[in-house]
Amino acid sequence: MSAKAEILARVRAAVTDLTAPLGARGETPWVDQAAASPAETIELFVENVIDYKAQVVRVGPDGVGGAIRDALTAYGASSVVVPSGLDPAWVSALGDGVRIVADEGLGSLDLDAIDSVITASAVSIATTGTIVLDHGPDQGRRALSLVPDVHVCVVHASQVVHDVPEAVFRLHPQEGMPRPLTWISGPSATSDIELDRVEGVHGPRTLHVILIEA
Amino acid sequence: MTAEPLTEPTAGPLQATSPTFVGMPKFPYAARTALGNTQQRRNLAHATGVIRAKRAKVVAEIDRWEELRQAGADAKDELLGHMAAYLEQLETNLTKGGATVHWARDAAEANRIVVDLVKGTGATEVVKVKSMATQEIELNEALEAEGINAWETDLAELIVQFGHDRPSHILVPAIHRNRSEIREIFRKEMGLVGRPAPDDLTDEPKRLAEAARLHLREKFMRATVAISGANFAVAETGSLVVVESEGNGRMCLTLPDTLISVVGIEKVLPTWQDLGTFMQLLPRSSTGERMNPYTSIWSGVHEGDGPQNVHVVLIDNGRTHVLADPVGREALRCIRCSACLNTCPVYERTGGHAYGSVYPGPIGAILNPQLRGTASDVDKSLPFASTLCGACFEACPMRIDIPKLLVHLRAKVVDAKGRNTVEGRAMAAGAWAFGDAKRLARLQKASTLGGKILGNRQLPALPGAIGQWLSIRDIPELPAQTFRQWWADRERKGGAS
Amino acid sequence: MSPATSTRPKVALFATCYNDTVWPGTPIATVKVLERLGCEVVFPEAQTCCGQIFTNTGYADEAIPLVRGFVDTFGGYDYVVAPSGSCVGAIREQHHDLAERAGDAALVRRVDTVVPKVYDISEFIIDVLGVTDVGAYFPHRVTFHPTCHSIRVAHVGDRPQRLLQSVRGLTFVELPQATECCGFGGTFSVKNPDVSISMASDKARHVRETGAEVLVAGDNMCLMNIGGVLRRQRAGVRIMHLAEILASTEEDPA
Ligand code: SF4
Repeated sequence: MSAKAEILARVRAAVTDLTAPLGARGETPWVDQAAASPAETIELFVENVIDYKAQVVRVGPDGVGGAIRDALTAYGASSVVVPSGLDPAWVSALGDGVRIVADEGLGSLDLDAIDSVITASAVSIATTGTIVLDHGPDQGRRALSLVPDVHVCVVHASQVVHDVPEAVFRLHPQEGMPRPLTWISGPSATSDIELDRVEGVHGPRTLHVILIEA
Repeated sequence: MTAEPLTEPTAGPLQATSPTFVGMPKFPYAARTALGNTQQRRNLAHATGVIRAKRAKVVAEIDRWEELRQAGADAKDELLGHMAAYLEQLETNLTKGGATVHWARDAAEANRIVVDLVKGTGATEVVKVKSMATQEIELNEALEAEGINAWETDLAELIVQFGHDRPSHILVPAIHRNRSEIREIFRKEMGLVGRPAPDDLTDEPKRLAEAARLHLREKFMRATVAISGANFAVAETGSLVVVESEGNGRMCLTLPDTLISVVGIEKVLPTWQDLGTFMQLLPRSSTGERMNPYTSIWSGVHEGDGPQNVHVVLIDNGRTHVLADPVGREALRCIRCSACLNTCPVYERTGGHAYGSVYPGPIGAILNPQLRGTASDVDKSLPFASTLCGACFEACPMRIDIPKLLVHLRAKVVDAKGRNTVEGRAMAAGAWAFGDAKRLARLQKASTLGGKILGNRQLPALPGAIGQWLSIRDIPELPAQTFRQWWADRERKGGAS
Repeated sequence: MSPATSTRPKVALFATCYNDTVWPGTPIATVKVLERLGCEVVFPEAQTCCGQIFTNTGYADEAIPLVRGFVDTFGGYDYVVAPSGSCVGAIREQHHDLAERAGDAALVRRVDTVVPKVYDISEFIIDVLGVTDVGAYFPHRVTFHPTCHSIRVAHVGDRPQRLLQSVRGLTFVELPQATECCGFGGTFSVKNPDVSISMASDKARHVRETGAEVLVAGDNMCLMNIGGVLRRQRAGVRIMHLAEILASTEEDPA
């Protein structure tokens, strides 16, 4: 018998005492916290992102380019990699001091030599301060937002949901072309040494969030 | 609907005790040694104290925590009742997504599959994401035996690997080490296998993490094969989920060409939406954070993004044995969050090594004797390594009634050992005494009399267990009269005033 | 003092085997408090033990006759009260499963009718009698250890503390790390003596830190464990069961 057939046979033999039919629990339960108002959801999101020691800058729809320029200047980034589908307006304000690199055939070592990355995002969660990337064209493949040390991430207020179940719902993989997801809650961190939290290990040590509000 | 006659569940084979843990002493003996390790005692008391407080704070933020726990338990119970269906669904969807699924009955088979896959790529080293499943099957040892270096990339696992040590905690495997010990380990070991620790390395956690970053970066950049586990495997969508903090997971899951994930068959979630529950339960219970810094989710191969050669190895290794026990199977709901360890007063004092398995603490005490059976000294003793205080059950996000399972396993140990033991005879005598109130009353009379004879109860040192007990405690004076006698006297005198 | 209920409730006292034998003062105090609060207390003499010691040591089969004995003895009463969170917890959590293990459906049904009528003394006074001030007087500095089985198995909550805080003259001091186990755990303290000693010592240290004269709990086994350490240390801390404090009055001080 193949390993698969044998394991499945064992599994079936192990539960002959159970009678509930498949899916007897019904719809997958949805347990979340209610949002008081959209405004409070946004405030909670900002508060929780800051709590993770990430930076948050709030701008109007026209302020993104300037905010990105200011951020890269502040971190002293002299190079930035951009995903192919990024809104060109976002990098239009960058001066000559910053080398803009398109993601064309870059290897890990090439990425490692670049100071920063700018991405959009898919969904964000207020109760946890989480930003989810689905690595669409405005976010780029996963390595892009991983290897460079500064991640500037643009979140639109309309993308912020209140709690985890709703985010999960919105991120349901598309039949036929599921996307990989990366959930980001603050910069990389470890608590492995005496349970003391240290920000900044392998992932970007700086997470800079630009929140666009209408 | 026709009523099918129910049959007794039949159990799959037990897990073979891995070479590392063969011959482990009984828990009480290992515990005695651990209790004497002052450095470890201090490290553990500090770390568990910190994490308990953090967990309590973020759990209190969620009003509907109990509903969440129930939803989590229900999802896993749905899985456990229909595991064959969900495993097949998972395989179908993974395959559709471009992954190759392998099945392994036991550790040896799983290791052989992984070793062959790695060899097939021509790689002589792999980077690893922290994974309980690969520790359980001792994959690193199997790879090394074939000349393949396995680099652990989680900071704590790195500390353990460099320290030639064993993990002592599910989530924070180096919880028994403090910062100065870690500094020494890094200084001694890093240079032997790659970029050495900087000369001026201090014991500041920030500096230590920085040293690990620099050391591992080389390995991430050149690795062609990564090995991971998975926190969840979603049957509905064929998605694997890895929850982590440091970004080492993202490095391993993203940069190499080949990714091999070793996943226990109980890690499956029926539906995608179940993640809405589990992604609340797990981070708050494990690290005491609202959300862990990074979670990676992939569904097979994603064109132009990440590994293009994706394998998933589904392992049984004793799990179907656990599944067949109608009471014990709820242990398979476990999501390895480690909340039960952090809250356990026994674990806090003994640390993880005394449990003789990669699964320590309360979950280890119920899981190991079920996965491996109760033939060995350590597995026989584990169900008794608890005061049944219930702190673990209260903390467990999956509502695993650990005390109840411990009691259930105690009965199994006793049933297997038989009752012709000192303890068994004492218990039989006790049961006989309690079997009848009149008999009990006669025996009580004798004991109160004994109380008078023994006077002030400052007993001389007694041998054995009772002696141990009395070595630190005085025992109460026995009363002149039992309650039963008092009541009878009062009744005789006319009852209540 | 008048109880909230107008009729005189009839209470069957489950003294528990170890209180009956070793600490009769506790069930005696229970009788006094309940009678003071207007209950009629009876002591069904056929009672012995809830079986917990057997179940928790792995001797489930030995416990089954005791479950049967318990329902035989207490099946006819509306209220069964015990001065032990641990035994009440065991009855609630284990008797049903033991009856199932026995494969005796009738026993399962009888257990399921008796169990909801079983109360820890703190639950009975607050929930059934509707009283928090039981009219006790105890002019001492007191700390309280909420025993594991009373809070996590029987789920008595903070009822004992509420009762204590209503006692006249009593100064209540919080116990640091109160909800941590004292290390007794029945046969645990014998099978794992080293860990048990470590836990009991820490608990005793926390008790001493409070500067209390008296350590109170709702389970005498745990008190024996902690109290045994305190006494060996000549700590000068007295141990008392909750019922004994509640029974104490100016006229009849404990
Ligand atoms: S038993 Fe529960 S608390 Fe312990 S690790 Fe598993 S899920 Fe977490």
